[in-house]
Amino acid sequence: MSTAVNTQKKGGFLAGTANYLDERVGVAGILKEFGRKIFPDHWSFMLGEVALYSFFVLLLSGTFLTFFFQPAMTPVIYDGVYGPLKGAEMSIAYASTLDISFEVRGGLLMRQVHHWAALLFVAAAGLHMLRVFFTGAFRKPREINWVVGFMLFVLGMAAGFTGYSLPDDLLSGNGLRIIDGMIKGLPVIGAYTSSLLFGGEFPGEQIVARLYGLHILLVPALILIFIVIHLFMVVIHKHTHYSGPGRKDTNVVGYPLMPVYVAKAGGFFFIVFGVIMLIAATFTINPVWNYGGYDPSPVSAGTQPDWYIGFLDGALRLAPSHLEVTAGGVTWAWNILLPMLVGVGFLAVVALYPFLEAWVTGDKREHHVLDRPRNAPTRTAIGAAGVTFYAALWAGASTDLIATNFLLSLNNVLVSIQILLIVAPIIAYIITKRVCLSLQRKDREIALHGRESGRIIRMPHGEYIEVHEPLDAFEQYKLVDFKDYQPTLARPNAQGKITVRARLRAGLSRFYFEDRIAPVTQGELDAAHHDHAPAVTEAPKKKAVTAAKKPAAKKPAAKKPAAKK
Amino acid sequence: MSDSKSIASGKGSHEPEHDYATGLATIAADKVADPGLEPHRVRMTDKSVKHEKAAARQVAALFLASVVGSIFSIYAYFAFPLSDDLGTVRNNTLFMGLGITLGLFGIGIGAVHWAKTLMPDAEVAEERHQTRGSEEVRARAVEIIKLADSESGFSRRKLIRRSLYGALALFPIPAIFFFGDLGPNPKDTLRHTMWKAGTRLTKDPSGLPIKASDVTLGSVFHVIPEGLSELEHHKLEEKAKAAVLLVRLDPSELKESAERKSWSYDGIVAYSKICTHVGCPVALYEQHTHHLLCPCHQSTFDVTDECKVVFGPASRPLPQLPIAVDAEGYLIAQSDFTEPVGPSFWER
Repeated sequence: MSTAVNTQKKGGFLAGTANYLDERVGVAGILKEFGRKIFPDHWSFMLGEVALYSFFVLLLSGTFLTFFFQPAMTPVIYDGVYGPLKGAEMSIAYASTLDISFEVRGGLLMRQVHHWAALLFVAAAGLHMLRVFFTGAFRKPREINWVVGFMLFVLGMAAGFTGYSLPDDLLSGNGLRIIDGMIKGLPVIGAYTSSLLFGGEFPGEQIVARLYGLHILLVPALILIFIVIHLFMVVIHKHTHYSGPGRKDTNVVGYPLMPVYVAKAGGFFFIVFGVIMLIAATFTINPVWNYGGYDPSPVSAGTQPDWYIGFLDGALRLAPSHLEVTAGGVTWAWNILLPMLVGVGFLAVVALYPFLEAWVTGDKREHHVLDRPRNAPTRTAIGAAGVTFYAALWAGASTDLIATNFLLSLNNVLVSIQILLIVAPIIAYIITKRVCLSLQRKDREIALHGRESGRIIRMPHGEYIEVHEPLDAFEQYKLVDFKDYQPTLARPNAQGKITVRARLRAGLSRFYFEDRIAPVTQGELDAAHHDHAPAVTEAPKKKAVTAAKKPAAKKPAAKKPAAKK
Repeated sequence: MSDSKSIASGKGSHEPEHDYATGLATIAADKVADPGLEPHRVRMTDKSVKHEKAAARQVAALFLASVVGSIFSIYAYFAFPLSDDLGTVRNNTLFMGLGITLGLFGIGIGAVHWAKTLMPDAEVAEERHQTRGSEEVRARAVEIIKLADSESGFSRRKLIRRSLYGALALFPIPAIFFFGDLGPNPKDTLRHTMWKAGTRLTKDPSGLPIKASDVTLGSVFHVIPEGLSELEHHKLEEKAKAAVLLVRLDPSELKESAERKSWSYDGIVAYSKICTHVGCPVALYEQHTHHLLCPCHQSTFDVTDECKVVFGPASRPLPQLPIAVDAEGYLIAQSDFTEPVGPSFWER
């Protein structure tokens, strides 16, 4: 915090600059406030960073591409260096994409950097969301920031789809054709909306330029705004940290921004950029020259959308036959509307989950210590069910490839995935919940009785026992420090009535917390220690620092050597 | 624990089991005490000057590697120019990319290595403050709102307030109309295609007319209307509606309804190639089952049974194009499709 002041005393260029900046933008105050801000350290906190840095790479590489790309659908005859398409009629957009790939030095590299960075952006944002979900980082006070992050994820998909459609190649044109078909299926406004979007009949000569405007201006601007809000809220809340000794809801434990995090996070930007560059230099992505320009008549077998759109395409494929209803002269295209409702409904549940959980638990405290997933079994199980549901939709987008690669009947694959879409999440829920509870029981065992050492000893009276190594106080605390919830009963309100709302809430509360493993208390620890080694009940706290590394229970002299310390 | 303290302050009694003061979360009164931050583990670079110097050299070496990488990528820009030979694209992409990768990795790994080996690694705890403002701050905020309200008369002056609401609700509406010219009213373009009585069926993409005698049993033709390739405008739009698949089957295999008996010619049938689901081209023909399969969402249509849906998300059969043969023996359309082709829409 005193860098500006110190340098000023010494004089010289740096001091002069610092003084100049401080007197004009108050840089000393900013440094004092943020320079030594503490950030917790954990590998899983890096996922959001990956998304952020990918976005920077997208801005850089995308700007380069705009210098060469021409978003026009006017037909031209191709006369570039790519032999197989010489003389073919195609749109200017597609021709300029080929030119970027084959006639601009580094052009193909930048195209591939841009595409890989986009995939990484959506992937990292998705994983970051999963991390936040499974650790309960969305709880008060971060519910709104969860929604902001959700918006970023959706905007990421929008940016991806609009960008994917720009080269006007056969694959992306078919993607737009599907969008057109979905829009036409909307009740009342369908045909009009499609005509407005495409500037007349599909495909028209407008859509690429329109998507280009959205892709390079509106969507990235929104993403940038939401990123600023997202990070601003991280500053307000300070970062969460995992539970453990010394970590509380009232503090934040980690390393200071300057110098450690400037070096680590700054360096990490270069690493993420480097990884994207390495992949782009060595792996082809979206070789549009293989597909040809868009033509509404041909299509290749095994068409796949970019992976992040897969779950929506899968929903379309999984709809049962003959859902369409024609009544009173109008058509309800339920084979399109139902999958759209499933997709939108799923996303809506994701966006609103924090509010649902907050209502069920009725927990109004601020939470800054993260849950280990096992310590919130119902939430973790719900998350696993959600992931499974998404995975089934996603697999639905590849029914044809699954069938051809594994020599299965396409019909059977599709019907199986339709069934899995309903059944698999339930199974995933049950299994995950049981696994979580078992892991909690295991933690309890270890906290109370120590870790199995694998050493079998024989007691003087002939009994064989396995030596349990006690934990030091720090490791033990990691196992016992979590919050416990109990299901609530529906209570009558002021009028003495139990409302439907109260009943529902009580029911959900039971669903969440009926099966639970309570954290080990000091009393239980003491009892366990009394049981094993009566002399040293207070030991863990006092001896832990020095004894942390010492192998415990060296001598099998005590009756039951476990938990000697 | 501060948690148990804050709960205890909410409720006087402090029973050994649980406490319900704040919502439904419970905390045991005899929660295991927090042993505090773990002691700092000293690194090799903290203990030995030799290791410290080695780490410093490694960091510098990584930064220098970055310099080498960046220079190499500039060299690659000139050393691997592009030509008509597509192999040059691969070399240009690969070597420029690898140079930049090294340039980036050198800086990134160097900086992280520096932080991990040479910068302090003792964890520090910092106090957190509740997000909500203190009582005084909140009181002052309420006061400001009330002051602003009374000074402006926002609550008091109903007429002003309501007229403002009305104005605010209406002012974005013109923007909606501004988008009206994005595209024309669809009218009945969705119901008509290029096909007319007498239009010859031609091959896609060559545009050559098809003789009925050339369509052998079991063969399949991708068809566009005659004159499509010569269109000056809206070629793709017309093609997106008019594309047709032509198949010849053994007439005995065809299950034709009475009114469609005259739509085929000697076992040759023509169906719209545009899927009735969301409009992909139904381009895959399975010869032994006579099924048409859409590669996008796997809707399957039975050619022998008027292209009814036998599988997949589509609902309606593919529309049939009534065909005949002209005096020269070429296949022609009897008329346009008798129903809209492609995806469903509300007014169909």
